[in-house]
Amino acid sequence: MSNLSVNHLLGIKYLIKSDIELIFKTADNFKKIINQPIKKVPSLRDITIANLFFENSTRTKLSFELAEKRLSADVINFSSSSSSVKKGETLLDTVNNILAMKVDIVVMRHPNPGASVFLSRNINAKIVNAGDGTHEHPTQALLDAFSIREKFGKVKGKKIVIIGDILHSRVALSNIYCLQKLGAEVKVCGPSSLMPKHLDALKVEHISELKEALEWCDVANILRIQLERQEVNYFPSLREYAMVYGINKEILDSLSKEIIIMHPGPINRGVELSSDVADSKHAIILDQVENGVAIRMAVLYLLAGKIKNN
Amino acid sequence: MIEERELLNQDDIAITIERLCQQLIENHDNFDNTIIVGVQPRGTLLSNRIINRLKVQLKGVEIQSGNVDISFYRDDLRRRDEPIVPEVMDMNLTVEGKDVVLIDDVLFTGRSIRSAIDALMTFGRPKSVELLTLINRRFSRHLPIQPNYVGRTIDAMQSEKVIVEWKEINGKDRIVMVKSN
Repeated sequence: MSNLSVNHLLGIKYLIKSDIELIFKTADNFKKIINQPIKKVPSLRDITIANLFFENSTRTKLSFELAEKRLSADVINFSSSSSSVKKGETLLDTVNNILAMKVDIVVMRHPNPGASVFLSRNINAKIVNAGDGTHEHPTQALLDAFSIREKFGKVKGKKIVIIGDILHSRVALSNIYCLQKLGAEVKVCGPSSLMPKHLDALKVEHISELKEALEWCDVANILRIQLERQEVNYFPSLREYAMVYGINKEILDSLSKEIIIMHPGPINRGVELSSDVADSKHAIILDQVENGVAIRMAVLYLLAGKIKNN
Repeated sequence: MIEERELLNQDDIAITIERLCQQLIENHDNFDNTIIVGVQPRGTLLSNRIINRLKVQLKGVEIQSGNVDISFYRDDLRRRDEPIVPEVMDMNLTVEGKDVVLIDDVLFTGRSIRSAIDALMTFGRPKSVELLTLINRRFSRHLPIQPNYVGRTIDAMQSEKVIVEWKEINGKDRIVMVKSN
């Protein structure tokens, strides 16, 4: 199969396994390209992409922008802090105004879950979800799974534990969908107060003991404690969280095997991850960042192929 | 109905490759500044054959080579129904200052070669680029591109297709012209 089954990348939930494999295969090539002396290809030179960020982001925005530029697309950036959204304009109006300027692909981050799905039903452009509230963050999940595949040669049969704030994490939800579709086993670990109610429906088991979770897994994907999304206190203090769920060299050394440590960033050093672990050879955090560009290039390339020339 | 006509059989292809190798040797001497680059996917098979024959003819001379994938450099993205799934880009060397011989099986519109030259240039500035093709379809070029080394020149109509089959993939070497009515 050489075409995606979807017209937008709204979430991993909507993808089938062969879509993910096609994205990986394409990303393999882009990873080679971005390590060449000249890192740019002319594929999307007649495509215009708008990056709409209604919520703060550094690395995802940079990564998308770099991916777009390496594909030779024209890029316009928009962030809500400096826009008419503050003056009361609706999402649809904002986007329609941007589309009137002939934009082909919209990459959007929005604080409301489902914002990108809403957009895809109402406007005539390809939508890439760059994170919608606590719902999904598909490109992060793709690059995480791609990094696991790169490390082990395959994702199938691998055991991955996601540790931390699962309740507020779009990364966790997208990762669970993605890894399960690729045949990996996924469990979650963290305080019960930060576990969503729908874990059973996702067929994901919760381990409350950190050591037990690390002993079980091949890969630990550690999430940031998102204080900005927590409207009430879910645990007594960051210090206590770090003591119970923080990963440090001591606990890794006490395991019977070596495991891989992943983190979508930004890291709160000393909270969920200690510095000696974040900088150790166990961590593939910077590989994830590099792979992020290749994955985003692949997604944009494959979606752009679906835009008909007229 | 599909009409099929064989242009070259296994022996013809072997003789042609042998001759192309001789021509290359004439111009490239001992290949110390030459890189042979196959165009993915189908030029690679021809390129491998040529490199193997050159090694035999030149008695074990080391020949530098690579393969370029042109998917991302093509000019017909969004003009096809499905995006092209890329092949492996296999260029672990720079072409800076080198004499490059690009190899593809069939030269038709010249658009693939245009893309291949673009892809090649991302690996440095070569001293020169030559083109070798097994089949040159005359009078069908969309761009001003001509081969330096040609296996066989043929005249075919737009509706006709030239298919190169290789032992590695199709069980035997042969080149056929296919016409569907």
